[in-house]
Amino acid sequence: MSVMVQAENVYKSFGHVEVLKGINLEVATGEVFCLVGPSGSGKSTFLRCINHLEKVNAGRLSVDGQLVGYRQKGDKLYELKDSEVARQRREIGMVFQRFNLFPHMTALENVMEAPVQVKGESKATARERAVKLLDRVGLGDKAGNYPTQLSGGQQQRVAIARALAMEPKLMLFDEPTSALDPELVGDVLDVMRGLAEDGMTMIVVTHEMGFAREVGDSLVFMDEGVVVESGHPRDVLTNPQHDRTKSFLSKVL
Amino acid sequence: MTEKLSKEPADTPPAEEPSGTTTVIPASPVGEVIKAIPVRHYGRWVSGVIVIALLLLIGYSFSQGDIQWNAIPAKIFDDSVVAGAGRTLLVSVLAMVLGVVLGIVLAVMRLSKNPVTSGVAWLYIWFFRGTPVYLQLLLWFNLALIFPYLDLGPLYKDEMTDVMTPFLCALLGLGLNEAAYMAEICRAGLLAVDEGQTEASQALGMSQGKTLRRIVIPQAMRVIVPPTGNEFINMLKTSALVYAVTYNELLRSTSAIGSTSYAVMEMLFVAAIWYLVMTSVFSVFQFYLERRYARGSLRSLPDTPLQKIKANLLGLSGDRSVR
Ligand SMILES: Nc1ncnc2c1ncn2[C@@H]1O[C@H](COP(=O)(O)OP(=O)(O)OP(=O)(O)O)[C@@H](O)[C@H]1O
Ligand SMILES: [Mg+2]
Repeated sequence: MSVMVQAENVYKSFGHVEVLKGINLEVATGEVFCLVGPSGSGKSTFLRCINHLEKVNAGRLSVDGQLVGYRQKGDKLYELKDSEVARQRREIGMVFQRFNLFPHMTALENVMEAPVQVKGESKATARERAVKLLDRVGLGDKAGNYPTQLSGGQQQRVAIARALAMEPKLMLFDEPTSALDPELVGDVLDVMRGLAEDGMTMIVVTHEMGFAREVGDSLVFMDEGVVVESGHPRDVLTNPQHDRTKSFLSKVL
Repeated sequence: MTEKLSKEPADTPPAEEPSGTTTVIPASPVGEVIKAIPVRHYGRWVSGVIVIALLLLIGYSFSQGDIQWNAIPAKIFDDSVVAGAGRTLLVSVLAMVLGVVLGIVLAVMRLSKNPVTSGVAWLYIWFFRGTPVYLQLLLWFNLALIFPYLDLGPLYKDEMTDVMTPFLCALLGLGLNEAAYMAEICRAGLLAVDEGQTEASQALGMSQGKTLRRIVIPQAMRVIVPPTGNEFINMLKTSALVYAVTYNELLRSTSAIGSTSYAVMEMLFVAAIWYLVMTSVFSVFQFYLERRYARGSLRSLPDTPLQKIKANLLGLSGDRSVR
C-alpha cells in the first residue's frame, strides 16, 4: 500500500511556544485517518502544515512522495516559490471548522471559482462539475443561494463540494462538524462517509468518536504536540493503552 | 413575580396523540385588523408650524433682497458655465480614479510584510495627509520654479510649464492627496475581511494576487464603498480649490461671469445649484453601488426606490402583503 502523507519528526513552534514536538506518522493512500486530542494539542497546526499554511521548523513532511514546501537537491533544501506551493495545494482539499465559504459568491460560484481561476477551466466545464458536486452533497436545489442563505450544515457541505471541485488526492477536515447544531452534523458526516466509500484519502480532526470508529481506518491520539497512541480506531477507542488517552476518552465518550 | 413564574403555562402543548386522530388547533384571536384611535402628537404640529414660519421668513427676506433673479435661469446653461461644470466633473472623476487605484496600491503596500514597502507607503500617507491640499496644489503649480525642465533622459524632455498644465496640476494635486485618504479607507476594508477567507482561497491553490483580486477586495468593497462615496462628494466640492492653479472649473467660470456682469451673488447661486445637482445625482448612483456590493452580506437586498414605489402602489391598491 502506498503512502500518501508521511511525517518524520515534525516540529513547529510559534515564537517560543513549541506546538508540534516531533510528530511521526504515516497515512496510507485511500484510508480515513482520524486525528483526536484535547484542545491546544496541535491538531489544527499539523493539518495546516500539510498544505503549507504553516511552515514546518524541523523534520520532513511529504505528501505523495513530494516534500511539502521544499525541494531537495543533494542534501540541501530549497524553499519553493509561492506559485509552486500553490501548485502543491491544488491537490489537497481542505475543509475548515468555520466553513470559510466566499460570502460574495453563490454556492455554485464558490464551487466553480478555483477550477476556473486556478486550473483555467472553461466556465461551462466548471459549472457542469459544480452542479454534479452540489447534487452529490445533496444541495442541487441551493446552487443559487449565497452562504448567508444557507444553514451551517449546508454551508459545510458546499465547502466540501468546493474542495472536491479541484479533484484533490487528499482531503483535510479540521473539525468539520464542531460549529454545527447537533441535528445538522449527520448530513455532513454522511457526505464524508460517502467520500470514504469512494476511496478518498482523508485526514479528519474530529470529536465525533462514533464517526471515527465506524468510518476510520486508523486513529491517532495527540497530546501536547506528540503522538501518544495510534492504531485501529476500534482498538484505541475501546482499549486505550496510555493514561492520557484514557482520561481524554473518558471525557469525550 | 414568583407567582407568575410558578404558574402553569397557559397553553401547554397537547400531549402526543396516537396517529390517526386529528388534533384540533384552537382558534386564536389573531387575524382581525386592529382599529384604534392613534395617539395625537400635538407637539409635532406646533414645532412643524414654527419651522415652516421660519422658512417662509427666510424665503421672504431673499425675495426682498437686491437679487436679479432672472440672471440665474439666464446664466445657468451659459456655455462657459456648462463647460466649467463639465471640467469640475472631469477633474473630480479622474482625480478620484487616481486616488482609488493608488489608494488600493498603498493599502496593499502598507499591509505588506516587507518593511521597505510598508515604510514608503506610511511616508506617503504621512506627507499627503499631513499638509493642506491647497498647499499641494500650489506645489505642483510652482514646480517649474525649481525644475524648469522635465527631463526623462532619452524618453522625454520639455519645459516644465508646458507639462504642468492647469489640468495636470489639478489632477495631481487632488488625486495624490485623495490617494492618501483612500489608502486608509482601503486598509480598513482589507483588514475587515476575515483571515479564513485568505486561507480558504490559498488552500484551493489560488495565488496571492488572485486571492486579493477575487476574494479579498470584493469583500473589502462593502466596507470601502460607503466612505468612498463620501470622499467623492467631498472631491466634487474640494475641486473648487483648483481655482488656485487657474484651472477653469465651475467656480472659476461662474465667478468670471459674476465679476464682469456685476451679478456676483447670482453667479454664486448658479454654481451652488450645479454643485447640488452633481452631488445629488451621485448620491443616487452611490445607493446602487452600495447595494451591489452588499450581495451576500445581507439575506435580502434593500429595495431600490423604484421597488419601494411599486410596493407602495400595490399596497394602495389593496394587496397588503406583509414584508
Ligand atoms: N498562529 C499562531 N500563533 C501563535 N500560537 C498559535 C498559532 N496557532 C496556534 N497556536 C497555538 O498552538 C497550540 C495548538 O493549536 P492548535 O490550533 O493546533 O490546537 P488544536 O489541537 O487544533 O486545538 P482545538 O481542538 O482547540 O482546535 C495552541 O496552544 C495555540 O495557542
Ligand atoms: Mg483546531
